Amino acid sequence: MSVAAGTLGTAQAPAGTGERVAYDYGVVRLFTIATVFWGVAAFLAGVYIALELAFPVLNLDLEWTSFGRLRPLHTSAAIFAFGGNALFATSLYVVQRTCRAPLWGGPAAAEFLFWGYQLFIVMAATGYIFGITQGREYAEPEWYTDIWLTAIWVLYFAIYFGTIVRRKEPHIYVANWFYLAFIVTVAILHLGNNLAVPVSLLGAKSYSVFSGVQDALTQWWYGHNAVGFFLTAGFLGIMYYFVPKRAERPIYSYRLSIVHFWSLIFLYIWAGPHHLHYTALPDWAQSLGMMFSVMLWMPSWGGMINGLMTLSGAWDKLRTDPVLRFLVAAVGFYGMSTFEGPVMSIKAVNALSHYTDWTIGHVHSGALGWVAFISFGAVYFLVPKLWGKRELYSLKLVSYHFWIATIGIVLYITAMWVSGIMQGLMWRAYDKLGFLQYSFAETVAAMHPYYVIRATGGVLFLTGALLMVYNIVKTVRSGEPVNEPVAAPLGTTAARVQAAE
Amino acid sequence: MKFKHALLEKNVVLLAIGVVLTVAIGGLVEIIPLHTIKSTIEPVQGMRPYTPLELAGRNIYMREGCYNCHSQMIRPFRDEVERYGPYSLAAESMYDHPFQWGSKRTGPDLARVGGKYSNEWHQAHFKDPRAVVPESVMPPYSFLARRDLVVKDIAAHLEALRAVGVPYTDEMIKSAAADLAAQADPEGDYAALLKRYPKAAVGDFDGDPKRLTEMDALIAFIQILGRMVDFKTVTPEQLKR
Repeated sequence: MSVAAGTLGTAQAPAGTGERVAYDYGVVRLFTIATVFWGVAAFLAGVYIALELAFPVLNLDLEWTSFGRLRPLHTSAAIFAFGGNALFATSLYVVQRTCRAPLWGGPAAAEFLFWGYQLFIVMAATGYIFGITQGREYAEPEWYTDIWLTAIWVLYFAIYFGTIVRRKEPHIYVANWFYLAFIVTVAILHLGNNLAVPVSLLGAKSYSVFSGVQDALTQWWYGHNAVGFFLTAGFLGIMYYFVPKRAERPIYSYRLSIVHFWSLIFLYIWAGPHHLHYTALPDWAQSLGMMFSVMLWMPSWGGMINGLMTLSGAWDKLRTDPVLRFLVAAVGFYGMSTFEGPVMSIKAVNALSHYTDWTIGHVHSGALGWVAFISFGAVYFLVPKLWGKRELYSLKLVSYHFWIATIGIVLYITAMWVSGIMQGLMWRAYDKLGFLQYSFAETVAAMHPYYVIRATGGVLFLTGALLMVYNIVKTVRSGEPVNEPVAAPLGTTAARVQAAE
Repeated sequence: MKFKHALLEKNVVLLAIGVVLTVAIGGLVEIIPLHTIKSTIEPVQGMRPYTPLELAGRNIYMREGCYNCHSQMIRPFRDEVERYGPYSLAAESMYDHPFQWGSKRTGPDLARVGGKYSNEWHQAHFKDPRAVVPESVMPPYSFLARRDLVVKDIAAHLEALRAVGVPYTDEMIKSAAADLAAQADPEGDYAALLKRYPKAAVGDFDGDPKRLTEMDALIAFIQILGRMVDFKTVTPEQLKR
């Protein structure tokens, strides 16, 4: 405990010394705006394709609006555009604050990073709509877009790593370990999974280097660790900075953060084969994947416990601070979906859940509950700081956003539990005479009410996000300014933390 | 010498190296043996590369994102084998760059859909799925029948695939463009094509014998799915060898 307090404290140490660092907030502001913009776009696309499944006439019989092309648009917008920009915004803020150093490479490099990444998003998104795809889930962009992203990622690594190198703090704060693991591992995954031979250097089409069973495992080694490192490790970095800051409490256990960091990144990589249970992938690989997925439960909950217990002595703030409520509810959802995941990775359970909506529900309890909620919390935390305002325009609106979005998530995941388990059971149901009881079409028809409920949940989630947009615009336009300049003397919060100790 | 974690907390280079080593292990242990252990893919009679038209159809299958809703991987369960046919073997996707096993069955598995429905059924179904299956939620794909199949340089596609290990012969590459046109030509001479690509479905696929459309290609691909291997002659003992 005392170590923990010390570390958070030292990261902000020179309280009241008046030393100033010229932080680059400009690029953080840009990434924050992009987070909100792409978030709304991703939720909108999600609502639309959810409605397409409930009411297929919405496919419009046009190639650009069919579910098959819009679904990758939705997943990529959610993961890489919304989630990615949230990670850029927070990591570039956190690394400066916790290292007491401005970004390596200066504002020009940072701004190039911003526009380069937005260009990647647009290249990928337009590709999907016009049918340019590798046909690999969550790695759909074709080879030329992949090469562009690689260049951008190298720049990101250089800026992030360079800023840590020039830090004025002896210790590298925990949040940075997670961000660093995310940046490094995503680079490895991206390169490994996108090995392909273009048909022509002037054309978009390429063929992957691997085929069949080897290709499948490479893809899910990537796919599962896009979850593990993009959507988990990176967002744990958010947790490790923003939860203690907002709660004004030190991290619960420094030792736990060490143990769960290394065990999390070690175990996650092995879990990919659980996406391929009972397929033509060899049994030994499936069993390894299952075993490590179950073990993964422990470090995942290590992170959850560390996040939640940080609230020790400050639980009452949940009642009054809806921003903290977002951050903490996110950690709760993280705990829930990292329990559900290991359960679903058990082969006997997976035999029922695989290929059904249960998987979709599981993903969304993580994506909406964990990734989006912690991003909302971080954005609400950041906006007043970045634009030099005392507080958000309306905390009441934040509270409405929280409850509307929470009800949306509950509708979403419960509908998908029911439809997923029901469809899995219907597929394997036999009648008295030993024949399959249901045709496939009957199981599709049975999904309809749940698809409507799911879409309703999505509409609520989108509504909440629109409240956030309004709140942020009002904060930036007419929030009460802080008297001190934006690049304020460090450690006012830390001073309070230390006083509390 | 006692290891202190503080060492990693104070040296970002060591921290980064530690991360790389830690995340490398799992991937290496799982992926490398798949390339070195022979029994990963048990050989089976009948597998061949796709015909140029099937390949063009497969690329349309990916372009339209069919994999988002359809799997091509039958699991070894009683209900799946009864619903879809014999469970999928690793060898059946050995020429699939990339694999298209899928992860979701909003629609049914397609690993063995070839030959189950007539070309006419597929035409009607792609144009308006609900005209044939009222419960379906599949998007309509009527534009496929209206659009000519344009593949700039089909031989280059075969060459790219050969570069990644698909055994296309020189002859196959040389006659790729001719094969592409011949397979869907109702008056075509299929003898050479069928010698190169046994069991390929031939003739007009899209109901418009005068044109070679994207619908031709997609249906040609659908009609070969799961048909290359003759499961009447495959026994578990054979696979073990």
